[in-house]
Amino acid sequence: MSSSIKKIPVEVSASFQEMFLKNSPLHTTEVELETLYKKYRREISDRDVIFLGAGTCGLAAGAGKTLKAIKKYLQDKALEDRVEVVEVGCIGACFAEPMVDIKLQGRRRLSFQQVTEEKVADILDALFTKNNIAPVLKHIFGQFEDEHALPWENLPSVSEHPFFKKQRRFVLDQCGVINPVSIEEYIAHGGYQAFLRTIHTITPSNICDMVEKSGLRGRGGGGFPTGKKWKLALANSADQKYIICNADEGDPGAFMDRAVIEGDPHKLLEGLLIGAYAIGASKAYIYIRAEYPLAVKNLTQAINDAKKYKLLGENIYGSGLDLDVIIKMGAGAFVCGEETALIHSIEGKRGMPRPRPPYPAASGLFKKPTIINNVETFANIPLIISRGHEFFSAIGTSNSKGTKVFALSGKIKRTGLVEIPMGTTLREIVFEIGGGIEHDYKFKAVQIGGPSGGCIPEEKLDIEIDYESLKAVGAMMGSGGLVVMDEHTCMVDVAKFFMDFIQRESCGKCIPCREGTKSMLEILKAITQNRKHEKENETLVRFQGIMNFERLAQVIKDTSLCGLGQTAPNPILSTLRWFRDEYEAHIYDRKCPAGACQELLSYSIDKEKCKGCTLCMKVCAVNAISGERKQAHSIDQEKCILCGACFRSCKFAAIKVS
Amino acid sequence: MAMVESILKKYHSSKRDQLIPILQAIQEAQGFLSRESIIRVGEFLNLPVSKIYGVATFYNQFRFKAIGKYHVMICRGTACHVKGSKSILELLEENLQIKAGDTSRDGLFSIEVVACIGACGLAPVISINGEFHGHLTKEKLITLLDECRKNK
Repeated sequence: MSSSIKKIPVEVSASFQEMFLKNSPLHTTEVELETLYKKYRREISDRDVIFLGAGTCGLAAGAGKTLKAIKKYLQDKALEDRVEVVEVGCIGACFAEPMVDIKLQGRRRLSFQQVTEEKVADILDALFTKNNIAPVLKHIFGQFEDEHALPWENLPSVSEHPFFKKQRRFVLDQCGVINPVSIEEYIAHGGYQAFLRTIHTITPSNICDMVEKSGLRGRGGGGFPTGKKWKLALANSADQKYIICNADEGDPGAFMDRAVIEGDPHKLLEGLLIGAYAIGASKAYIYIRAEYPLAVKNLTQAINDAKKYKLLGENIYGSGLDLDVIIKMGAGAFVCGEETALIHSIEGKRGMPRPRPPYPAASGLFKKPTIINNVETFANIPLIISRGHEFFSAIGTSNSKGTKVFALSGKIKRTGLVEIPMGTTLREIVFEIGGGIEHDYKFKAVQIGGPSGGCIPEEKLDIEIDYESLKAVGAMMGSGGLVVMDEHTCMVDVAKFFMDFIQRESCGKCIPCREGTKSMLEILKAITQNRKHEKENETLVRFQGIMNFERLAQVIKDTSLCGLGQTAPNPILSTLRWFRDEYEAHIYDRKCPAGACQELLSYSIDKEKCKGCTLCMKVCAVNAISGERKQAHSIDQEKCILCGACFRSCKFAAIKVS
Repeated sequence: MAMVESILKKYHSSKRDQLIPILQAIQEAQGFLSRESIIRVGEFLNLPVSKIYGVATFYNQFRFKAIGKYHVMICRGTACHVKGSKSILELLEENLQIKAGDTSRDGLFSIEVVACIGACGLAPVISINGEFHGHLTKEKLITLLDECRKNK
């Protein structure tokens, strides 16, 4: 199976039938099950369906306007009865957003890319009135594989598209495919079967065993074996235990948790339910970022629907498990990704970490045993239960099993969410899945793991991704942000960006992190500052900072209280390790080779191109430009404050930056 | 203040873990946390006002100034940074004549810098009153702002 974009028909198990029939608040007879099934399994639906990718990224690309245009079209052509419009989550191909899929009855689902509002009429005309897709071929992304439907001739398959070909999608398999706010649709695609099987046939300790044997490790960054953690909590007998899902995706550059919650919230819930059963928790919290309004909305709906189907509440399906799920909105603090800080935040305090042990599995929320896992970790659980731990542990490398979702962004041709088996190389991700660098510039580095991770250079692109190999090159898995950088990105500037972020987000509890990160930022600022702006003894301070730079980084790493501080110097240490020459150019030559550090640039006028229009003279705030009308001008470097106003104003591209 | 009372009515228990949700609800309703509302929450939860300020100032989400009619959130995540969000922010500040975190005098605009909006695939991204705009260029930004001004 190269990719699970194709839909595998799901066997309807007896327990599923029973559940659907007995507990559905809407339907009760067997006859209705079949019609229900037809309604929610759209590959066998007897209506035409239009799917619109309406996740946050789709909406940012204009999916809202596309939806309006589609609805208007259907109204104008009186097609509303024949065609159903379904808003789905994000399939992960951000570069192709907004995406619209059209499934005509009996035909394979066709995917169209970059469907902005003006393209809607053409595409819908082609499919619904003219029955000729030739004029819209250029908008087609591909067709979904489907054994039961008639294929479109000579059209590529979605799973053969280079973006999807190397992916193996388990966590994301339903994202962008099914309607995320319909529990019936999730169930009709085999959802909650793993949970029902678990509570009826497997003991909690066996679940923990299975998860441990599967080799699943925490997907939030740390990589602690999930099964082992659960066992710790299970062994702890307490009157009340808690399970928390950490959906406070604070890493800038990571958005996989948002996509899972927006596109397939029930998968997270199912994993959470199984986890609660495994450790014996009766209360679950989902700590989610307030910056993700759509994810919060879909998740709230999912929880309410699960309550209707009695999947939440007391004595769930006769198993004796009680579970209540509460959504807690994060309030925007990066440090709350740390588990003890997150617990403090839920308790209504400042999100500051505390020393461990005791670990939360022994004493966590309200001093009770607590398990905290990331969204992606929970989303893997139903798979382990339904396909078996052997299936899961067969994927990946010796110490890292399964797949990992990465958020590919930055200066790359195809941005989006990719789910690949562990052991895939970074080169495959960047150059095959991502299609290489935008505008075919030269690749410089890929930043992995957010502010705790590091930058990996070209020569290390062939390492196979797993938790250990990334650590060996000075980066870390983190939550899975992959930001690609090209030759125009300055690595010192990137390090400065992360340090600026970290020192703002440092909670201030321990001194190495609070003061150390601030000092690191000051040193980086001094390195990227123009000599002209140095006053009094600042040159000396700059020199002193450079001398102590690496030592300071090491001290912060060794002495900070929590993970945030301990990993804070990583962006600097990794860039120093792989891009030392760039630091040296900034320090010794006071030049930025990538041309990104504004203060280190110098502006000059190309005498050949300058027409002497005097416009730049007028915009210069410090009168640094002189010259006669209709003759070439020149810039007085001593007076120039590097504001760049002349560069922006010049209509003849005569002002050069170096 | 009637609004604060109606929010507090929804929270029957006055336990400490209700603090952040209450503050979030108040900010959602009035756009920021006013001095009076914080004092009232202190009475309700039986917590010193200093503690509440301690929590509220710790988190980036809470604001203590009224926001503008158009609240512009600009993403400064890694992907957006690499794609030039810094110059977008500079242009935004120049165009609106306010700094990040401030509200313009006419109350029309306010700027907030956020760590990551989570739409990295479409960097650089801003959101105006919750509506996302991706692949932003300077020209696109100016058009957007002008549209806001027109519809004031």
